[in-house]
Amino acid sequence: MTPSYNFAFLDENTKRMLRRALLKAVAIPGYQVPFGSREMPLPYGWGTGGIQVTAALLGPDDVLKVIDQGADDTTNAVNIRRFFSRVAGVATTERTSEASVIQTRHRIPETSLREDQILVFQVPEPEPLRTLEPREAETRTLHALADYGLMHVKLYEDIAQYGHIATSYDYPVLVDGRFLTSPSPIPKFDNPKLDHSPALMLFGAGREKRLYAIPPYTKVESLAFDDHPFEIQQWEETCALCGSGKSYLDEVVVDDQGTRMFVCSDTDYCGQRQAEMPS
Amino acid sequence: MYVAVKGGEQAIARSLELLAEARRGDTAVPELELAQIRQQLRLGVARVMQEGSLYDEELAALAIRQAAGDMLEAIFLLRAYRTTLPRFGYTEALDTTAMRVRRRVSGTFKDVPGGQVLGPTYDYTQRLLEFGPTIPATVVEAEEPLAASMPRVLDLLDAEALIERIDAGSDPEPIDLTREPLMFPADRATRMQNLARGDEGFLLGMAYSTQRGYAESHPFAGEIRMGEVDVLVCPEELGFAIEIGSITLTECQMINQFHGGNGLPPQFTRGYGLSMGESERKAMSMALVDRSLRCDELGETSYAPAQNQEFVLSHSDSVEASGFVQHLKLPHYVDFQAELSLLRTLSAQHARTANTPIAEPVVKEHAVATEQAFDQRLSVEAQS
Repeated sequence: MTPSYNFAFLDENTKRMLRRALLKAVAIPGYQVPFGSREMPLPYGWGTGGIQVTAALLGPDDVLKVIDQGADDTTNAVNIRRFFSRVAGVATTERTSEASVIQTRHRIPETSLREDQILVFQVPEPEPLRTLEPREAETRTLHALADYGLMHVKLYEDIAQYGHIATSYDYPVLVDGRFLTSPSPIPKFDNPKLDHSPALMLFGAGREKRLYAIPPYTKVESLAFDDHPFEIQQWEETCALCGSGKSYLDEVVVDDQGTRMFVCSDTDYCGQRQAEMPS
Repeated sequence: MYVAVKGGEQAIARSLELLAEARRGDTAVPELELAQIRQQLRLGVARVMQEGSLYDEELAALAIRQAAGDMLEAIFLLRAYRTTLPRFGYTEALDTTAMRVRRRVSGTFKDVPGGQVLGPTYDYTQRLLEFGPTIPATVVEAEEPLAASMPRVLDLLDAEALIERIDAGSDPEPIDLTREPLMFPADRATRMQNLARGDEGFLLGMAYSTQRGYAESHPFAGEIRMGEVDVLVCPEELGFAIEIGSITLTECQMINQFHGGNGLPPQFTRGYGLSMGESERKAMSMALVDRSLRCDELGETSYAPAQNQEFVLSHSDSVEASGFVQHLKLPHYVDFQAELSLLRTLSAQHARTANTPIAEPVVKEHAVATEQAFDQRLSVEAQS
């Protein structure tokens, strides 16, 4: 642990500011709370929002897991875990079931989460309407009026043009029937895990200076139409390592002939299943 | 057999070693001392302090050395350190009228009270590389000292009521952008804070665009001055202001044409720029962009990027921009897999319905029309 910095890097006043903003976020599910995002020693776009949320949550007894793309061993996940080991000295784990705080980029673990766990998402762009309307003053007004026609028209146009909704990740959700919310760039495969989750889900966007939350057991709907219901990704293959037919798969090119194999993106889930396999 | 990639931690450790080795270079060459950087790379030090929002030459020099001269990385290092520092209080507003001027030029008058003072500037160096060792500089002392106080050039116009009047102290208490999020619409003080921290290159480009027809406002460099300004704080327990030191600043006041509007008569308007050290490029760019961002307040038509405050202020910060542009090198394979799977579905569907294209005819019709027009012209030419 690096003694010249406060526990978990941020000073206590900043943590208090963050906790207040998080309480507001929990009180208004899906609403983007502006907060005084601090400049972190990691680059913007690399998880500074998630890191600030995690820093505000961590106590000395917490057990932290950090994943990127579902894996504990991707360099950025390693780097963030290493950062908290240095500045907070907390215990870390790769096991989903052992963690009290899980910081993630782009995935929700396959293993079901519990009430005593918190999932922290790194969010690059908190505004689900941003690609449709670049002006922040305008999108805040649209949220205030719950005017989400822009998004419905976008999805409708996808269907008219392609026959499908052409959004495969960062698929917009309506939280608690009120706020249109970005689930962060998780594949839509993970969207159903947001609905009525026993674990608290917190979202931090450092560069854009916004926090939001999905409290436990909150209704989260992925936008769809009656005649075009929401669907998740499916594979004809199963995981080549653990045989799972229920997990999100990564496609790996294994030789110069372009041979593909499919493996679980959640490395802990896959590893546990392999360990349980009769040898 | 495929084995999932492991060993990120070790890879990072090796990478850090390689970086340290590359940064230091040949160990037979002595390492740069911070005093050398402070003294001989002072303009770089000033930029890092300005955009790093921290006045500390020693730390800025350290950051430049650690970043191997990459200014944006050095700015990032200083910002990341700054965020951990406690806030003791705020200084009094700086009085740049009382600046101990070392350089002062005006483009609007041939001569001004106090005179035009070139001071140390690269403007007339002719940019010839000086091969060989640097000859020790000898400075010829002036016959008389510069005027102790130099009135601001814009105050001369103010006396004639030709330039907009902004009363000192009429601005609301500014927010601290490093503690509170930027919200829109942002007032002028907030915009100024953002521009002060903004990337010099970005502001330069934005400022340049206003000179090339994107929000033209006919600027004149009313006055540019550089020198030392005292910094005062008023500790609560004392109740009066005390001087804690002085800093080098460059201030630019632009004069811009304004044809009247929003209830205001035709008059000159102001654009303002201020930056640490000798940094005219930054101060002048800031002044031009400050003025173009005042379009709403002055009732001017807003159509150009440099007039759009969400566009300018959201994209001016080099630490934010550099981080987000470069985050693309992080793994995105989960989302990429999602896109692959979607694209395969769409492409299979397209193959099935290839005979009934959905969106094609526009181009085709145009091509046919062009072809017909061409044929027609050929036949006309053949007849004549």
